[in-house]
Amino acid sequence: MRPFAYERATDAAAAVAAVAQPGTMYLGGGTNLVDLMKLGVETPERLVDVSRLPFDRIEERPGGGLLIGAAVRNSDLAAHRAVRERYPLLALSLLSGASGQLRNIATTAGNLLQRTRCAYFQDVSKPCNKRQGGRDPSGCPAREGDHRNLAILGHSAACVATHPSDMAVALAAIGAEVHVTGREGERTIPIPGLHRLPGDDAQRDTVLERGELVTAVELEPLSRGLAGRSTYRKVRDRASFSFAVVSVAAALDVDGGAVRDCRIALGGVAHGPWRAWRAEEMLRGGPATPERFGAAAEAELAQAQPLRDNAFKVPLARNLITSTLTSLAGELV
Amino acid sequence: MSRVTHHADITLSINDTEHRIQVDTRATLLDVLREQLRLTGSKKGCDHGQCGACTVLVGGRRANACLLLAVAQDGLDVTTIEGLAHGDDLHPLQAAFIAHDAFQCGYCTPGQICSAVGMIAEAGEGWPSAVTGDIANGPPVLDDDEIRERMSGNLCRCGAYANIVPAIAEVAR
Repeated sequence: MRPFAYERATDAAAAVAAVAQPGTMYLGGGTNLVDLMKLGVETPERLVDVSRLPFDRIEERPGGGLLIGAAVRNSDLAAHRAVRERYPLLALSLLSGASGQLRNIATTAGNLLQRTRCAYFQDVSKPCNKRQGGRDPSGCPAREGDHRNLAILGHSAACVATHPSDMAVALAAIGAEVHVTGREGERTIPIPGLHRLPGDDAQRDTVLERGELVTAVELEPLSRGLAGRSTYRKVRDRASFSFAVVSVAAALDVDGGAVRDCRIALGGVAHGPWRAWRAEEMLRGGPATPERFGAAAEAELAQAQPLRDNAFKVPLARNLITSTLTSLAGELV
Repeated sequence: MSRVTHHADITLSINDTEHRIQVDTRATLLDVLREQLRLTGSKKGCDHGQCGACTVLVGGRRANACLLLAVAQDGLDVTTIEGLAHGDDLHPLQAAFIAHDAFQCGYCTPGQICSAVGMIAEAGEGWPSAVTGDIANGPPVLDDDEIRERMSGNLCRCGAYANIVPAIAEVAR
């Protein structure tokens, strides 16, 4: 690992000022960053530790939402009473990710900003547009190489990476805002909307400007109807402690056999969580039947552009959406 | 902000003993435990947070020591496998691992036991897992499925799981 300087931020403003200097990065829980530093993928000259800033609380919002501090650990968020009762899909997504000991370290902001686990991105001996892009792109060996678990939606010639977060998929279904602070002041960024599609600038995972600090994630209120029939389902190569091949966060509000409202977001298929707007639009107001769920899933996945070895994800995602909505429709509230 | 340097003076309370040490900012907690403090019970398996052999308790919670920068743990309490027994009185999990023959080579065992200590405490606080049926209300009962799910961050290449699960179950239930 390259030598680096370490300092602990005393407040957010000082952290933002410090990270404005070249070669400086924020350190949260470090479960991804420290690993990437060992691999030589990240080579900061200086780390600014923001894990002890007072962003470790979960607060009720007046409209019924929740404000989650950026430094709240994944395990604390999953165990929080209000999350388990009012946002069960969020608790389930967190519990589906990583391991017990990693969830104890990993933070809310770090989970959102973790990097792809694409094998080429993590191997500095290989070209990768996400690692070495910009004006002199190094290429994407994944496109013709090992891409079994990479993107089927929204990818580009430059990058076919997937975002590995489970939590982000649930947040995309719920609807959330990321609170950030930077040299230009404070702003909020919606989820979905934080993560961007790779286009011809694969280096940028998100719309955050360099040096912006995530301070909190605010959840929109979720109606009782949606929360009562919501879940997170994850298909993976082994039963636990493995990244998603395809996952779905879903909520379904059914009234008299008709879909009053629904939320569907996919993981493991794109450069960020994929909100299935097209499928949701098709389902609202229509009958809550397996046939309609399947047709909506089919319509959403009509946009898919699978690669040589990951075409199986298209029917997998379709079947996962269909079976998840079907089981939600069958559940008593 | 503190002075910028590639080394730092930190204080760690390890197994109830305070250590004031200087560390390279690059050093992980695992490397400091093993190389500087000669507490070699915590093992380096993958060094990437994937195997759990390095699991220790930080502030009472289980964590992968290989991914924690030691400098960032300044002032915290760490418990390692060396801190679980009281003299010759083994921790109940240590005794259960022996009674159930829950290891072959033993390399993953310190991490398994520290992880199980943390896991049982988490369940005691009512934390659900991905296999808990009713995450909102259900107080988790640590049946075999729950133990397997909650211990999935600890790999055993000898495949001693068939005895690890009953050893943990004996203490957890």
